[in-house]
Amino acid sequence: MKLYELSIQEAHRLLRKKEISSQDLTRAILDRINTVDEAVGAYITVGSETAMAQAETADKSISEGRLTPLTGIPIALKDLICTKGLRTTCGSKILENFIPPYDASVVKKLKKDGAVIVGKLNMDEFAMGSSTEHSGFKLTHNPWDLTRIPGGSSGGSAAAVASDMCIGSLGSDTGGSIRQPASHCGVVGLKPTYGRVSRFGLVAFASSLDQIGPLTKDVTDCALLMNSISGYDPADSTSVPEHVPDYTSFLENGLKGMVVGIPREYSTTQGIDPDVSDAVERAVKKIEALGAEPVEISLPHTEYGVAAYYVIAPSEASSNLARYDGVKYGYRDKDNNSLLEMYKSTRSKGFGPEVQRRIILGTYSLSAGYYDAYYGKASQVRTLIVRDFNKAFETCDVILAPVAPTPAFKLGAMTDDPLTMYLSDIFTLSANLAGIPGISVPCGFSSEGLPIGLQIMARHFEEGKLFKVAYNFEQATGFHKKKPHL
Amino acid sequence: MKISREEVIHVADLSRLDVDTKLIDKFAEQLGTILEYVDTLKSVDTKGVTPTSHAISMTNAFREDDEQQSFNRDSALANAPDKEDGNFIVPKVVG
Repeated sequence: MKLYELSIQEAHRLLRKKEISSQDLTRAILDRINTVDEAVGAYITVGSETAMAQAETADKSISEGRLTPLTGIPIALKDLICTKGLRTTCGSKILENFIPPYDASVVKKLKKDGAVIVGKLNMDEFAMGSSTEHSGFKLTHNPWDLTRIPGGSSGGSAAAVASDMCIGSLGSDTGGSIRQPASHCGVVGLKPTYGRVSRFGLVAFASSLDQIGPLTKDVTDCALLMNSISGYDPADSTSVPEHVPDYTSFLENGLKGMVVGIPREYSTTQGIDPDVSDAVERAVKKIEALGAEPVEISLPHTEYGVAAYYVIAPSEASSNLARYDGVKYGYRDKDNNSLLEMYKSTRSKGFGPEVQRRIILGTYSLSAGYYDAYYGKASQVRTLIVRDFNKAFETCDVILAPVAPTPAFKLGAMTDDPLTMYLSDIFTLSANLAGIPGISVPCGFSSEGLPIGLQIMARHFEEGKLFKVAYNFEQATGFHKKKPHL
Repeated sequence: MKISREEVIHVADLSRLDVDTKLIDKFAEQLGTILEYVDTLKSVDTKGVTPTSHAISMTNAFREDDEQQSFNRDSALANAPDKEDGNFIVPKVVG
């Protein structure tokens, strides 16, 4: 086996037995990036020198017998997670030269555990998109079919894991941005409960929805990364002081006693690809065969989720992105006589069209005369969506659903049609509106050989149940072992 | 059309954006389509429903008012597009 193909767990075992060094492993990853990233386009910045230095430190620590499950493991980050001294662009020209003066809390935690930070991964600008085509820098190609999108907005994270250009990665999920690219690239992706993982140092998109989470080669690795990054952080006023269990303790065999809810509304959703519904149906049957008990549940407000989300998220974004004014950091358009002109030309030249579209949509929804009809109404519908989930979880432990209605589509297929692109988020964004955790785990392939993911959702802070179901399913099926040919 | 060209220009101005003239009509059309879709929310009965701004119930997060470590001036200014003598420089604000 090639070193770059290792999972976190496998690499840790070899590091602990001193059969490999972190420097070997990190070099193998950097070589792999040199070989395949020209075709895939996952990285915006590769921090070769700092990564090799961190690997050397990790090796020293291992030789002294000090190691955590992440010591010496090359991890890559979506480029909206601040890394001290390493450029963080958020996929935007407006932050093209931004060098953060601090580490995000999750980066501090990873570094404390000895992880090696390889580099920063491509994404839709400000995480606004479902295909990574809205990046201000480059396209990322799906490793399973280079003519297709990797999903988004954490498309670089998913593509890098799928093509072995890192051992594990972090992304962020505001409306499906971890789970959907994980599904499209055949990797595992978890959006944790809102407040489980600190957002300090995460460039903000929609603050009541954003959450950082892992994208990994398998469920065990996902649990290992969650063990490192979870927990209360005084620097994030929305992080929750809730006990963090050892997530690997949920990776045990058997689903007896687990009740899985199947939402009635999801099977009647229009536009769902038959390959996706077949794969999800087979996955549900498999999970039943493993001992879980299925029940039908209802999430009656599902069809309104997209509309509510595309009011709430742009509204929050329009406020969050007001900070890009060309004064404190980021791009500034120089030739202006007044402050106001400078703001406007800086923002118009620095932000791409999708970001401008969403800022305008959000400002419109919040503006006098429209607030009640749009933002107010959407926030009330959000309450109804929360209630739907609360009611459903009275009768089941987890909910099973598709992740995306179709497998990865062709690059360029939807760039001119924002609403159709938005509608593809129907199965993922309700978890963000309700703040509940959701995981995507590989559950099969389309007739064209493209990966399909199964989504599992649970109550707040019940990531453990997601791990348990996902782990049992993964062990019983092995879809995660299949790799793309590059 | 759900949103007019003039409204796009007005809202863009509120957002401190100078939308490219070529993009205004396209934006008006795309935003119109999105807003028409959003109008499906009107059919939901939300009488008496409390709005949700955060899905996890939370209260104000306070800490003791103690002095804490912050950035030094150099690192706070390190990314500034224009700076002088420890200050951010901006175009002239008052006549």
